[in-house]
Amino acid sequence: MNLVTNNKWIGQRTIRPDGMDKVTGRAQFAADTTMPGMIWGKVLRSPHPHARIKSIDTSKAEKLAGVKAVVTARDIVDFPIDKGAVMLGIQDMRWMCRNVMARDKALFPGHPIAAVAATTEAIATEACSLIEVDYEVLPWSIEIDDAIRPDAPILHEFNKFEGKPSNIAGRIEHKKGDLAEGFEKADVVIERTFTTRPVHQGYIEPHACLISVAPDGKTTIWSSSQGQFMVRAMTAHLTGIPQSDIRAIPAEIGGGFGGKTIVYLEPLATLLAKKSGRPVKMVMTREEVMRATGPTSGSKSTVKIGATKDGKIVAAHGTFYLQAGAFPGSPIRGAAGCSFTPYDIPNLLSEGFDVCSNRSKVAAYRAPGAPIGAYAVECVLDEVAEALKMDPLDFRLKNAAKEGTKAAHGPIFPRIGYIETLEAAKNSDHYKAPLGKLQGRGVASGFWFNAGGESSAQVNITEDGNVVVTTGHPDIGGSRAGIANICAELLGIDYRRVSVIIGDTQTIGFSNLTGGSRVLFASSMVVTQSTDKIIQTLRERAAKIWEIDPEAVKWENGAAHPVSPNAGQFEPLTLEELAEKAPAMGGPIGAGVQLNTTGADGGFGTHVCDVEVDVDLGIARVIRYTAVQDVGRAIHPGYVEGQLQGGVAQGIGWALNEEYIYTREGKVDNPGFLDYRMPVCSDLPMLDCIMVEVPNPKHPQGVKGVGEVPLVPVMAAVANAIYNALGKRFYALPMSPPKVLEVLEAPTREAAE
Amino acid sequence: MAKVHVTTTINGEPMEFLCEPGDTMLDALRGTLNLTGSKEGCASGDCGACSITLDDRLICSCLMLAVESQDHEIRTIEGMANGEKLHPLQQKFLEMAALQCGICTSGMLVASDALLKKNPDPSEEEVRFWLAGNLCRCTGYDKIVRAVMETAQELQNQEMRAQ
Repeated sequence: MNLVTNNKWIGQRTIRPDGMDKVTGRAQFAADTTMPGMIWGKVLRSPHPHARIKSIDTSKAEKLAGVKAVVTARDIVDFPIDKGAVMLGIQDMRWMCRNVMARDKALFPGHPIAAVAATTEAIATEACSLIEVDYEVLPWSIEIDDAIRPDAPILHEFNKFEGKPSNIAGRIEHKKGDLAEGFEKADVVIERTFTTRPVHQGYIEPHACLISVAPDGKTTIWSSSQGQFMVRAMTAHLTGIPQSDIRAIPAEIGGGFGGKTIVYLEPLATLLAKKSGRPVKMVMTREEVMRATGPTSGSKSTVKIGATKDGKIVAAHGTFYLQAGAFPGSPIRGAAGCSFTPYDIPNLLSEGFDVCSNRSKVAAYRAPGAPIGAYAVECVLDEVAEALKMDPLDFRLKNAAKEGTKAAHGPIFPRIGYIETLEAAKNSDHYKAPLGKLQGRGVASGFWFNAGGESSAQVNITEDGNVVVTTGHPDIGGSRAGIANICAELLGIDYRRVSVIIGDTQTIGFSNLTGGSRVLFASSMVVTQSTDKIIQTLRERAAKIWEIDPEAVKWENGAAHPVSPNAGQFEPLTLEELAEKAPAMGGPIGAGVQLNTTGADGGFGTHVCDVEVDVDLGIARVIRYTAVQDVGRAIHPGYVEGQLQGGVAQGIGWALNEEYIYTREGKVDNPGFLDYRMPVCSDLPMLDCIMVEVPNPKHPQGVKGVGEVPLVPVMAAVANAIYNALGKRFYALPMSPPKVLEVLEAPTREAAE
Repeated sequence: MAKVHVTTTINGEPMEFLCEPGDTMLDALRGTLNLTGSKEGCASGDCGACSITLDDRLICSCLMLAVESQDHEIRTIEGMANGEKLHPLQQKFLEMAALQCGICTSGMLVASDALLKKNPDPSEEEVRFWLAGNLCRCTGYDKIVRAVMETAQELQNQEMRAQ
């Protein structure tokens, strides 16, 4: 591997290409877009958690002045629920067609029943209220324990588990060695059960789209999503319009964190636009976002870990039950596959169970599943370390996975940077700093698979010798800045001469979602290869002009040079000069590369968290936090730190406050930012980052994904810190003030009895 | 219902528009006036993405009726830069990577500007409490707080040099 060293732009905190638009309010997010003749779409949603839809009468709504179209499930392509899976990426279209619009049964409060398009938002809303739906209300369950009871109301009768209709939609396992034999060798065995509540991705921008369908079927979609190609494919499947007729244009996206990897509005708006002949805009309210999109799973996990006196883990068993919501597909792979992965454990069984219940279908959320599993595993590890009287970092170091370790989910690790993160955490000032009264320090580690996959890039040299790079992945966290750094570095020009564009579905080759910590890994691989091709062309052009062999020309500092005096004495030919001569020297200079990228290395992080607990109010405050992570190579350190800090903030929210609260009627009771309590600025301290850089040998720039790992260890780090502050352990999230007080007051109550 | 005619000043310019009596200022800005820099994240005053100033007072435009802007001065993110010249806060947000997805950025900048006008030398705690009404889900706030404090420092230094 020839990493560019002595680099000018890779590793620099350059100004992101889309930054100016975003600090001036000019950037076009999906809800900012308008079109002549545009009308508004609104969705009628089920008030019931579980109900058979006996009939829908839309006639009154259709007659209301200003209403232009009404659609129901009848208008959407059906994928029969009891036939085989129809997969599109990771989504099964059987669930997708029912999730965008209820068919036969409403499965959660907020489930779309019908959609209306009208000349104003107010008329569309009024029309929704005129739709008459005859429901047969059915018994329902929300919590895991209720959904897996033998007499639980079944959401999908065809779904069988162990031969019987069940809400358990799937099970996976990772297995190594012999569990019973392993536990027999252990001197210390600790087993605990943990629960977590569903939490929402909490992007600040609600889902939005604007869609126009021309009479010939040519469809244009502007929408907020983590993948314009996913939007195109799903909309095509659900509406019957060929993909080639749909142009999905990625608007700027106001956060996603996994929650915008599926469609909710686009198929409905497309059908409304098709029926009405008018462009249709749909924007969710915050309440709709909370009731009918996202969240990630609530969970119930049991983890048992056995270790010998000298601190070696000999056996571990994890059982992770995750809520899927109304349709199968909870992230059991992340929970069961990631949680034990930082450790070299000879005897292991890690099982995941996918449980349906009457709440909105879960969506991916930053390292889906992995934070839930890590919370349980890393808390039990802390207890085992304590029982062994070992420092928790030393205990992890003793059992750390390293090059050659076989991970439970299959691969044998190449050179990884996990040990480096433990050592950096241990050597940090933070870990050595003294603590005050009612303060505690916790540590935890985390792993995420990272990913490669399909990516396309096109690099073109403009006539004035500047560069336009087009890729196919929406930029959420600053990937354009990373791409500009890499392209400028390779070409040896100023990064401001590189313009980075996110192409739409009809102008750039297929590119998979922005998600899974894959975008800079995949896109910079195809951008590197495209730029390499361009450099090759530039050398050939210079060679032709100088009438020497292309091998005798090198590209350096933005210009072609003879490799040595032997090659001849020529003045360098700059990119601008070669661009100017292009018409006479072979034509436009450009190159594109499409790849299914491979070689993504897993990512590891270790976090150190200090909390202080107010025992009168039950408030646990994070007062200091350090996130250490092997980031491969920080192409733009500012945005790598941003990923670390953002993930930590989300994890602190998950640990301390965020949760879906349900009413007795089975409805979400806190569907807004006031009652669903995400961390605000005054809740958090500065968030320190230590970036360990162990370059990925299978990537031309050493890139590893960085976006998911930062959320994985947080809840365990906070829980372990609270334990060390109070001497009391929490086995349920969130550790919100009423629950902290409950635990603090528990022994007093026992004493009173 | 008949629309209401409103005369107001937005970013220093006289403006007239028609609105429904129930329209919020955010509806008027985004829908009628095509000033889409202010964002709607919640419509309940909890996220701050629609922050503007009304006669130099920081408010959520989703909580104000458009008719209330009659004869008042509104400032939005669109009025923050002076032509090609960015406001020092905008420049610092760019340099310090104090934005990721960018949806909260307009509101953060308007709110930060209002803070520095009121308190040119805020402590970290003061910045954090002032910005507590502006949700950001991407950055963890660290870089935003640093950018605001560093801008305050630079503006203070400039002022000292000018004296």
